[in-house]
Amino acid sequence: MATLKDATAIAGIGQTAFAKRLPESEKTLACRAILAALDDAGIAPSEVDGFASYTMEETDEVEVAKAIGAGDVTFFSKVGYGGGGSCATLAHLAAAVATGQASVGVAWRSRKRGSGPRPWKNTAVQLPTPAQWTRPYGLLRPADEIGMLARRYLHEYGATRDHLFNVALACRNRANQNPAAIMYDHPLTREMYMTSRWISEPLCLFDNCLETDGALACVIVSAERARDCRHKPVYLHSVAQGLPAQHHGMVNYWNDDPLTGPAWTAARQLWKQADFGPEDVDVAQIYDAFTPLVPLSLEGYGFCGRGEGGAFTEGGALEIGGRLPVNTGGGGLSEAYVHGFNLITEGVKQLRGTSTAQVPDAATCLVTAGEGVPTSAVLLRS
Amino acid sequence: MTVDDSPLLPVVDEDGAPFWEYAARGELRVQACASPACGELRFPPRPCCPHCGSFESAWREMSGRGRLWSYVVPHPPLLPAYAEQAPYNAVLVELAEAPRIRLAGNVVAGPDAPLNSVDPARLRIGAPVRAVFCPAGPGGGVTLVRWLLER
Repeated sequence: MATLKDATAIAGIGQTAFAKRLPESEKTLACRAILAALDDAGIAPSEVDGFASYTMEETDEVEVAKAIGAGDVTFFSKVGYGGGGSCATLAHLAAAVATGQASVGVAWRSRKRGSGPRPWKNTAVQLPTPAQWTRPYGLLRPADEIGMLARRYLHEYGATRDHLFNVALACRNRANQNPAAIMYDHPLTREMYMTSRWISEPLCLFDNCLETDGALACVIVSAERARDCRHKPVYLHSVAQGLPAQHHGMVNYWNDDPLTGPAWTAARQLWKQADFGPEDVDVAQIYDAFTPLVPLSLEGYGFCGRGEGGAFTEGGALEIGGRLPVNTGGGGLSEAYVHGFNLITEGVKQLRGTSTAQVPDAATCLVTAGEGVPTSAVLLRS
Repeated sequence: MTVDDSPLLPVVDEDGAPFWEYAARGELRVQACASPACGELRFPPRPCCPHCGSFESAWREMSGRGRLWSYVVPHPPLLPAYAEQAPYNAVLVELAEAPRIRLAGNVVAGPDAPLNSVDPARLRIGAPVRAVFCPAGPGGGVTLVRWLLER
C-alpha cells in the first residue's frame, strides 16, 4: 500500500503581523501570507497548482489564485469544523502531491477574529443539530461548551485550576520570548490568573485564546523537490484526521465517554503510520483555544494515561527544558489565535532551528488541531 | 424568528420535532429504535439506528429524573437576553434510566423562573434533578425542558 510517510515536506512558511486589529482585508492578508511563504520556499506563484484551507476561510481559492498569479490549479480542498481542520489542510495537500494531483500546494488561513464579529453572536446561523439542544439554554459560546467538559474533567480526575494555569503560563512564557506574539510584552502571574474575571466558570479569561487579526500560509512540495528549496525540508512524517464514533461537533456530550475526544481517533491513525512514538517527540504544538484542550490532547495523543493530563503539566513539564515543551511561539493563548495555523508554522521553525524559544536539536514535532471538534494532526520531522 | 435581544428558541429539525411536540404535552421522551431485537435509545435524534440500522423508531417516555453530569456558569460577553441574567447556570443532565442520554438545560427555582434563579453554589456534579416544562417564545409556541433540584 502507498504511504504518505515523509513523501512530502513543508518548504516555505509565511505570516503577516498579528494584532487585535489590522487595517487590511482578510483577502489581502491571505495573499500577503501566501506570497511570503512562496518567497520563503523560493517557488514562483505561477507554479502553485494546489490549495487547501478551512471551510470557515472567507477567501476562496479562486480569489487567492487569481490574485497571487497561480497557474492551472488541479487540486483544491476545504476542511470543516473550524480549528479542527488546521492540520488536515496539510494532510490533503500531502495526499495530492504524493499522488501527482498537484506539485506545489499552498495551505493558508486568514482571519480577522480580532476586529471582526464573534461567530457565536450570529443568531441567524443556528445549525438545527445540535444547536437546538444547547443554544436556547445559554450554552452560546465555544467557551461554554468546552467549560462543560472542563468541569467534568476536573471533577472526574482531581485536576485543578492550577493545572490549567500551568498551560496558560507555559504559552505566555514562550510568547514573552517571541516579538511577533501579541502577548510579547505581557507576563502572566498566578495571581493574575486566579483573580481574573470569569468567562464561563470554571474557565477564566486566561483559559481563553486571544482574538486576533492575521494570516499564515505554508507551501508543500514533494520531499525530493523540498531538498532543492531555500530551507532545510520539514517532512510530513505522518498525517491524520479524526471523527470518532457517535461524535457530535463541538458539543461532544452524547457519546459514551465525552472526555475521550477526537484526539484519540486521530492519534491512533497518526502513530500507526509513524516510525516513532510519543516518547520520541521533542516538541509539541497543541491546539489551545482553551487551556483544558491541552491536558485532554496530552492524553489523547498518548503522552500520558487517561486522567493524567493535569498532573502531566506539573513541575514545568510544558516549559523549555521540561518533559514536553509546548506551543513554543505562544500558541493561540498568547501568540495569536488564527485557528491553529500558527502552531503549524511554529513547528516548522522548531525543526529548522529558528524558533524564538528553540528546543535544542529538535528533530520531531507533533502539531494538533482543535480537540473536541472533528480534528487532525501531523507529525513533522527534520 | 428569533430577534437579537430575545432568548434563543430551538430551531427544530425534522428528526428533533417529536421531542418538542411531546415536551409541549409535558412529556419527556427520547427516541428509541423500534426494532424488537434492538430497542436502543439514541440522542440527538436521527433517521436510523446506529446499532442495528433500523429506520423504525418510537419515542419512549422517561421518568424526568436525572443527575447533573456537569455545568458551567457563563459570564458576559453574551447575547443580550443572556447577559442580563448572567451569571446563570447551564447544565448537562444524565437521565436516571439512561445515563448516556444527556440533556442540556438550566436548573431553575420553578418552571418559568429566570435562568439565574438558583444560586450556582447549590449545584454539584451528581446532584439529583427532575424535569419541568416551560412554554417559551411568542404565544408559548415552544416548550423548553428545565430542571429543578431534588431535595
